[in-house]
Amino acid sequence: MSQVVYAKGLTKSYGGFDAVKDVSFALEENRIYGLLGRNGAGKTTIMNMITAQTFPTRGELKVFGEEPFENGRVLSRVCIVKESQKYPDYFSVRDVLETAAMLFPNWDRAFAASLVEEFRLPVKRKMKKLSRGMLSSVGIVVGLASRAPLTIFDEPYLGLDAVARKIFYDRLMEDYTEHPRTVVLSTHLIDEASPLLEHLLVIDGGRILLDEDADELRGRAYSVAGTASKVEAFASGREDQVIARETFGSLASATLLGVMDEGTRRQAGSLNLELASVSVQQLIVHLTQENTQRKAANDR
Amino acid sequence: MLNSMDDSRPIFVQIAEKIEDDIIEGELPEETQVPSTNQFAALYRINPATAAKGVNLLVDEGILYKKRGVGMFVKEGARVQLREKRKSQFYEQYVVAMVREAAKLGITTDQLTEMIRKGEQAE
Repeated sequence: MSQVVYAKGLTKSYGGFDAVKDVSFALEENRIYGLLGRNGAGKTTIMNMITAQTFPTRGELKVFGEEPFENGRVLSRVCIVKESQKYPDYFSVRDVLETAAMLFPNWDRAFAASLVEEFRLPVKRKMKKLSRGMLSSVGIVVGLASRAPLTIFDEPYLGLDAVARKIFYDRLMEDYTEHPRTVVLSTHLIDEASPLLEHLLVIDGGRILLDEDADELRGRAYSVAGTASKVEAFASGREDQVIARETFGSLASATLLGVMDEGTRRQAGSLNLELASVSVQQLIVHLTQENTQRKAANDR
Repeated sequence: MLNSMDDSRPIFVQIAEKIEDDIIEGELPEETQVPSTNQFAALYRINPATAAKGVNLLVDEGILYKKRGVGMFVKEGARVQLREKRKSQFYEQYVVAMVREAAKLGITTDQLTEMIRKGEQAE
């Protein structure tokens, strides 16, 4: 499989602050990636480097095997949709779509028109007069209809309601199966987007915390809850697996890395503890929280 | 609402289980074609590569087989094979959990047996 993006030791510093620190990863052709992490983790900086909107301070970055900067061959194959996208004041929705049609060689007019209809976009209206949700919809139409070999969605759905988000997921998956391409989706709505993602990159504090197939993370952790003393009894033999702990008076819960096998089930059962599996979103929340806490402890 | 999959268990396993259920219940008779990976992806709104992994798991287990250029089919004997597999899981999954809950509630073995009979009649 050929690599669409290759990054090695990628670093971006602003003054003395490293927004992205020594990051290495590869994105393979025709897969759907999730780029996840908390605000300020460095996701947008990474996407801006891939799309040549900012220079790396150090490290190697190849997009379609070439340096992306001022490289028309690369940039005509890349489409980025971002929340903060700016448009000229006098541009209408139609102007944006016409411009996109000229920029992207694979643009599909009929597909764009059907999406405009589904999102109920007023094509004659000026961009600056659109609501937040409509602005997001325009970005999504451009991202989907461009069919760019590398399509990046950076938090594409600010202001979009659940129905519009469902339309986005449905059309993305339909069109992806017919016209495979590499997609990067950066989102905080992990629960609803996760089934669509094949591979996840989790960024925390400018570094890569996880680089794994999404399915590998499902069932990777479980939690126990019940009387605090019994939760302690369960966790005591498994200290190195515990990634989160919470106490509520006499009750407690603990989240552990590991597989919920028959042994754990039995022990939890005999201690009267409630066992639950942990979703990808919960796991990532725990891991990024734990990382922050550990860092704070080290700084102290 | 937006997805029908449990995000705390591998999705490829859940896809394999759905196909198994359909075979056991007779929805997918032996020697019939299984929906394509893309159809599964669209129906459950999941990544097609993940759906493919679920289908391939059943190919490896000898439940499905590939007809070149046509698609995946249910193998002859798959239903019996799956029933046997599920029977062996039944004890761990249902009986052990039931006995534990019964003990917690102070239900005796006799009472439990009686309940099972009653449940059978209600079916």
